[in-house]
Amino acid sequence: MAMTMTQKILAAHAGLDRVEAGQLILVDLDRVLGNDITSPVAIREFERIGATKVYDKDKVTMVMDHFAPNKDIKAAEQCKMCRSFCENYEVTHFYDVGRMGIEHALLPEKGLVVSGDVVIGADSHTCTYGALGAFSTGVGSTDMACGMATGKAWFKVPSAIRLRLKGKLNPFVSGKDVILHIIGKIGVDGALYRSMEFTGEGVASLSIYDRLTISNMAIEAGAKNGIFPVDEQTLAYVAEHSDRKPVIYEADSDAVYDETYDIDLSEIKSTVAFPHLPENTRTIDEVGDVRIDQVVIGSCTNGQYKDIAEAAAILKGKKIADHVRAIIIPATQDVYLKAVKNGLVKIFIEAGCVVSTPTCGPCLGGHMGILAAGERAVATTNRNFVGRMGHVTSEVYLASPAVAAASAIAGKIADPAKI
Amino acid sequence: MKFTGTVIKYGDNVDTDVIIPARHLNTIDVNELASHCMEDIDKDFHKKIKPGDLMVAGWNFGCGSSREHAPIAIKASGISLVIAKSFARIFYRNAINIGLAILECPAAAEAIENGHKVEADLDAGVITDLTTGARYDTTPFPPFIQKMIQNGGLVASIQKGDFC
Repeated sequence: MAMTMTQKILAAHAGLDRVEAGQLILVDLDRVLGNDITSPVAIREFERIGATKVYDKDKVTMVMDHFAPNKDIKAAEQCKMCRSFCENYEVTHFYDVGRMGIEHALLPEKGLVVSGDVVIGADSHTCTYGALGAFSTGVGSTDMACGMATGKAWFKVPSAIRLRLKGKLNPFVSGKDVILHIIGKIGVDGALYRSMEFTGEGVASLSIYDRLTISNMAIEAGAKNGIFPVDEQTLAYVAEHSDRKPVIYEADSDAVYDETYDIDLSEIKSTVAFPHLPENTRTIDEVGDVRIDQVVIGSCTNGQYKDIAEAAAILKGKKIADHVRAIIIPATQDVYLKAVKNGLVKIFIEAGCVVSTPTCGPCLGGHMGILAAGERAVATTNRNFVGRMGHVTSEVYLASPAVAAASAIAGKIADPAKI
Repeated sequence: MKFTGTVIKYGDNVDTDVIIPARHLNTIDVNELASHCMEDIDKDFHKKIKPGDLMVAGWNFGCGSSREHAPIAIKASGISLVIAKSFARIFYRNAINIGLAILECPAAAEAIENGHKVEADLDAGVITDLTTGARYDTTPFPPFIQKMIQNGGLVASIQKGDFC
């Protein structure tokens, strides 16, 4: 029986020649990740297991990014618990304020994930690393605890849907528009329990950063993972960031997919997901008049240098609308530093934006930009559920960095091609 | 394992942000988490639930974040079993891992109404609406997962040497 790319990676990590959809397997883990809100629960479970050491101190990774810099005393206690754990168990990859970034931007940048890896993370957006040709997926804290103790996780082998890409993106359209377009088409459970495998000649035209954004939101279609084939761009990125050797897995040419969707990248327009589900998408010409109060540009979805630079290109020499607060959050210290060196931070401040240290903060309604009752935000984040960024009557509109920047200037949702 | 209780019912795409809003994720205290469970869509949830009650919901229950605080909050509220048309995958595995019983059954989740008395047999995969007498069959979990649920979750399975 032919295998998908995901199935091949899982089979290799389970020590099996073949696996098939539905099979329950035990898989060896190349990395186990947690953050400041999921790790404390995992630490409690790790202690309950009675483990005396972590399975590999170089493979366990904790990133203090959600409520850090500590938003309150309780958050501070949670970070302290993670810090103590990593000290006690000599965990090498502990990233605290000053060195941390938003985890899913940080791990690829630090070279902690390479093609062919199996990574679990107690964070739903762990699926991001599919962009590099790795199998990565979000799990809960108990899986993280057991992963830290044993180096293994149980999985039901997924079947897959295939997204066959062709063509090239138009100006002002990016990976975010691609994934919002797809979620709008297949729905928030359109890939439930399954892999999303991206294939086709269109893949080559997408930068690694566009791919990272697309894989990042695979979970928003319910997928277990969202994976891209490894090409020259992937290998160049991995070689630049890691000393580890990538392992290339390819789907069998006769692999079976539950469904295949053909997507022409040149037909995708700037896309916005309206409240309160990522599937409620409208193209930019259909949004109408939506006045906004806040713009957030950042997050694990769109906080890379490319994203920040796309926003800066639109904001350069302009002022944001008087009634808008615009919060720019570079995802990592390296992205931040590059934004400072290249004058992007100056552009943002002169336009009337604030630039924050890396944090997940506002994306999940934690801190650094909470919405009041009835307020609306355009955000480059990944979820727009009820109450996600603040009050239960507030609203989040998901969009690309270009749309978010244009909207900040216009004071309402706007087309970056017309600013 | 058998469960009997009164049903509290919700719709489709109940996400982890409404099950337990992120503003409460600065604690891992299970009772505190339970006290905020569902509060953004059902302010009185915590007060209404009696130990052993069942939750019934639509498609894609538990979508969104990986926060295990969500099934933990539901379990600590006293809910013994969640029946849904489908579950988001991380919630599904988290529930199994922490020992919150779940069953996927679109027909039962569609027909059973708020306030009905329901009995569910997890091993056999049978759900009975005691209020109407209707019976729904669903596929039981594979033995690996049944054993994990019987053991009380993944940690207990590791402690018993049933994992690896």
